[in-house]
Amino acid sequence: MSTSGIGQSVRRVEDIRFITGNGNYTDDISRPGQTYAFFVRSPHAHATIKSINTKTAAAAPGVVGILTGKELAADKIGGLICGWMIHSKDGSPMKAGAHPALAVDKVRYVGDHVAVVIAETLNQARDAAELVEVEYDVHAATVDTATAAKPGQPQVHAEAPNNTVYNWHIGEKDATDAAFAKAAHVTKIDLINNRLVPNAMEPRAAIGDYDRGTGTYTLFTTSQNPHVARLVLSAFIGIAPENKLRVIAPDVGGGFGSKIFIYAEETVCIWASKKVRRPVKWVCDRTEAFLCDAHGRDHVTHAEAAIDASGKITGVRVKTTANLGAYLSTFASSVPTYLYAPLLSGQYNIPNIYCEVDGVYTNTAPVDAYRGAGRPEATFVIERLVEVAARELGRDPAEFRMHNFITTFPHQTPVIMAYDTGDYGASMKMALDMADYKGFAARKAASAKAGKLRGVGFSAYIEACGIAPSKAVGSLGAGVGLWESAEVRVNPVGTVEVLTGSHSHGQGHETTFAQLVSHRLGIPIEQVTIVHGDTDKVQMGMGTYGSRSGAVGMSAIQKALEKVIKKATTVAAAVMEVPEDTIDFNDGIFEARGTNKKMAFGEVALQAYVAHKFDSEKIEPGLKEGAFYDPKNFTFPSGVHIAEVEIDPETGITKVEKWTAVDDFGTLINPMIVEGQVHGGIAQGIGQAMLEGTVYDKSGQLVTASFMDYCMPRAHDLPSFNVGMTTTPCTTNPLGIKGCGEAGAIAAPAALINAITNALGHENIAMPATPQAVWQAAKSSPHKIAAE
Amino acid sequence: MYAFDYRRPATLNEADLALKAAPGAKLLAGGQTLIPTLKQRLANPGVVIDLSAIPDLKAITRKGDTLHIGAMATHAEVAGSKDVAAAIPGLATLASHIGDPQVRHKGTIGGSLANNDPAADYPAAALALGATMHTNKRTLSAQDFFQGLFATALDDNEILTEISFPIPKRFAYAKFPNPASLYAMVGVAVAETAGGPRVAVTGAGTDGVFRVPALETALTGGFKADALKSVTIPTTGINGDIHGSPEYRAHLIGVMARRAVAAA
Repeated sequence: MSTSGIGQSVRRVEDIRFITGNGNYTDDISRPGQTYAFFVRSPHAHATIKSINTKTAAAAPGVVGILTGKELAADKIGGLICGWMIHSKDGSPMKAGAHPALAVDKVRYVGDHVAVVIAETLNQARDAAELVEVEYDVHAATVDTATAAKPGQPQVHAEAPNNTVYNWHIGEKDATDAAFAKAAHVTKIDLINNRLVPNAMEPRAAIGDYDRGTGTYTLFTTSQNPHVARLVLSAFIGIAPENKLRVIAPDVGGGFGSKIFIYAEETVCIWASKKVRRPVKWVCDRTEAFLCDAHGRDHVTHAEAAIDASGKITGVRVKTTANLGAYLSTFASSVPTYLYAPLLSGQYNIPNIYCEVDGVYTNTAPVDAYRGAGRPEATFVIERLVEVAARELGRDPAEFRMHNFITTFPHQTPVIMAYDTGDYGASMKMALDMADYKGFAARKAASAKAGKLRGVGFSAYIEACGIAPSKAVGSLGAGVGLWESAEVRVNPVGTVEVLTGSHSHGQGHETTFAQLVSHRLGIPIEQVTIVHGDTDKVQMGMGTYGSRSGAVGMSAIQKALEKVIKKATTVAAAVMEVPEDTIDFNDGIFEARGTNKKMAFGEVALQAYVAHKFDSEKIEPGLKEGAFYDPKNFTFPSGVHIAEVEIDPETGITKVEKWTAVDDFGTLINPMIVEGQVHGGIAQGIGQAMLEGTVYDKSGQLVTASFMDYCMPRAHDLPSFNVGMTTTPCTTNPLGIKGCGEAGAIAAPAALINAITNALGHENIAMPATPQAVWQAAKSSPHKIAAE
Repeated sequence: MYAFDYRRPATLNEADLALKAAPGAKLLAGGQTLIPTLKQRLANPGVVIDLSAIPDLKAITRKGDTLHIGAMATHAEVAGSKDVAAAIPGLATLASHIGDPQVRHKGTIGGSLANNDPAADYPAAALALGATMHTNKRTLSAQDFFQGLFATALDDNEILTEISFPIPKRFAYAKFPNPASLYAMVGVAVAETAGGPRVAVTGAGTDGVFRVPALETALTGGFKADALKSVTIPTTGINGDIHGSPEYRAHLIGVMARRAVAAA
């Protein structure tokens, strides 16, 4: 087996350029004659725009143009869209207000786009922006998730009475209520899943460039899915037909979901480049990112579990209010519905589940997918619920979970999902060993002696990755199919270019995808180049999010590779003058069984292109194949995380002492990269649970609009992670891959809050469990600790 | 950033003249507050006067029972100074925990004290140690120097040049950092000085750095952490924000004071 194939921890080939400053990010790109855009943004959360006076600003030095919603509407540029239709319980379609790229009559959150100033330099654009006079009639704002739909709240959109976008539900209500009626025990919890600001290291950026000679637009932008951006900008927003619009997403420094969406800024830059007849560049500053990047989470939930006398969970009932922000972002509607509730079965055999979700508008930044997108919220609900149930029943939380685990596969849950495979008990047992769960009581006693509270918490998560079978998501309201495409181009000397519709913005595709090619074609990864992120190079693709690039993107590559091998076999057979079916292809060699004839992959490639030794009437010259792969099912990564914490009740500081993660991601392509994804995910999950709190005040001002107040996880907040793997390969894709990109962020919050509540001895702590919150909660802890 | 004129005087006298010539001008020491403020367009001083070319503002020397630190000494230089470590080791430790390495290699003690950020570490140390502030015009006690949030006794045209610290018997500083900014949410400096125990608190006061007479009195009978256990800090004058209520901060003053005394 080669040293660069599947299963090898190959060092990331892209890292050399990143760590030596040779990456090529959007802000590194400059176009001849480029101008700079600066957005005039609303300082109010909710106001009517009475007037916009740009006269003084337009005369300021260096100003090239100032554009507002009026010009946008005059050019018939459409509003931003939400690409997933959700229907309410009563069958009515969701109630969405318009989302113009530049506000027309009203502004609906602090940071909303009012006008764009385009100038020769960024500083000139900023200077002029300060001279744009906007007269507002300021209204009261709706900010709070829980009360947004109550009568009498300020109305965000006239189209959505009581700020309600939809009242959605899933599952069988009557059957679930019946299960509760018969329950021996009912556990009830109230949870808030805190709003998060994504904070990718590279802020968003865009350059719009219109070529008057060809009538073609080029958009350079920080996108996780450039083809989806092109599709939306063409078909819905109406910038230009697809054949006249090229979208390039070059190196992108992190996304976490926030760069899936099609935002106002890139729409304005590409449109404005024709208006001002110059390329227009915009680079988001950190404050703008805090205000305007689509945020994540923000749920208020009541959840209940019905448990029978034997300790089996017989029903789960959930009522969630999801804050969608001031406008529906690109996939906002799907995140708290189909990406959330179908995961509420967790790893458990639960016959009855019913979930209601109210999606509400507020005068806050739009909320959309953020690492995990619905699945962290579901895991937090079910794993808090199960933990509290075990405590109320006086059962060991690990044992109680195992008592309820699904043990036979495939397993159909009552909420859409059909799990293909898994071994939840194996992950739990391995995690218990690695965490030395048996030794916990002694460690707790030692902590108590030192005046500290020690706790342990579990999270047995499941997620659905590899989004998704196109027909299935279409029936649920998705506006797109969610296949992936690949093209494998073999050059005459046997080097290979792979064009993929996936997009790498930190995941290491240039390494892992090349490993697959190396493995299958038997060539070193140095001979493989992965091409992505340019709609002129890659024909079509759906991009990277939802841990889909391995399960879906690599399956497409695998499919194209099989076609290449088939064609190469035909060529080799003709050249070696043997029947095709006598040829075996192993480790890069085509060998005719029962003869001493063989050809290396590179020789076959050359023969395919010179076309001297076969009949080109029968065999086409060349070696290039494409494939579209549509997944048969979601994939279901799962695992068990165990957090162990020590709380100093005097200060409220929680130290994460130990973190054990045992994950089942199916086939691993590059274990090192997978482990890195786990580390990063846990860091984000710990961030959500302990550090990251997004605070809007009552008027809708974002209080936590900088790193001075919004606490991102740092190395000193994190322990050394103890990571293990179990493997049950996915049965529904050719490589057995399940996906690993979000698992840590999904698993971690519940594990950590379960550990903190275990230490405290009560459940009264919300995320983020900051030192102040923990100090307050520790005062009412029933646990005895040594006197100081 | 708004456009500004940049001056880099070679002497204190030149700096003085530059200040007089440009009302509203800002002095640039390490720039760890001023530069971000300028970048965010929160200040528009017109003229920035960089003090980094003036010689002799960085010296750290011990003269008898007093430690002298030049206003332009960086946090890293204070943290790494053998003289500071020998005379007031807790001050070196304090300096080594300000910000991050980049901040410590640019930020200066004089810049920090003259800015008097209510969450900065140095003001607590200066007040607890009974430091003397030397300017190009006069000397001031720390007690008189600090005058509320971001306010000092410095005149518009006055330049802080040196800080002198009487060497105490013992000194330590205990910081409870704001989880996000890592500035002090509560920082307590304790010193056993010739004039008795002194306790100063940063990060927690609605009016900036302040001394805590109740804690000082409690330590008079013996410089021991246990002596502080019975002291309750009232919430009067204690600030609150999303990270810490007045109650939490008042509580932390007691905790950090005990930890500082134990470490001193």
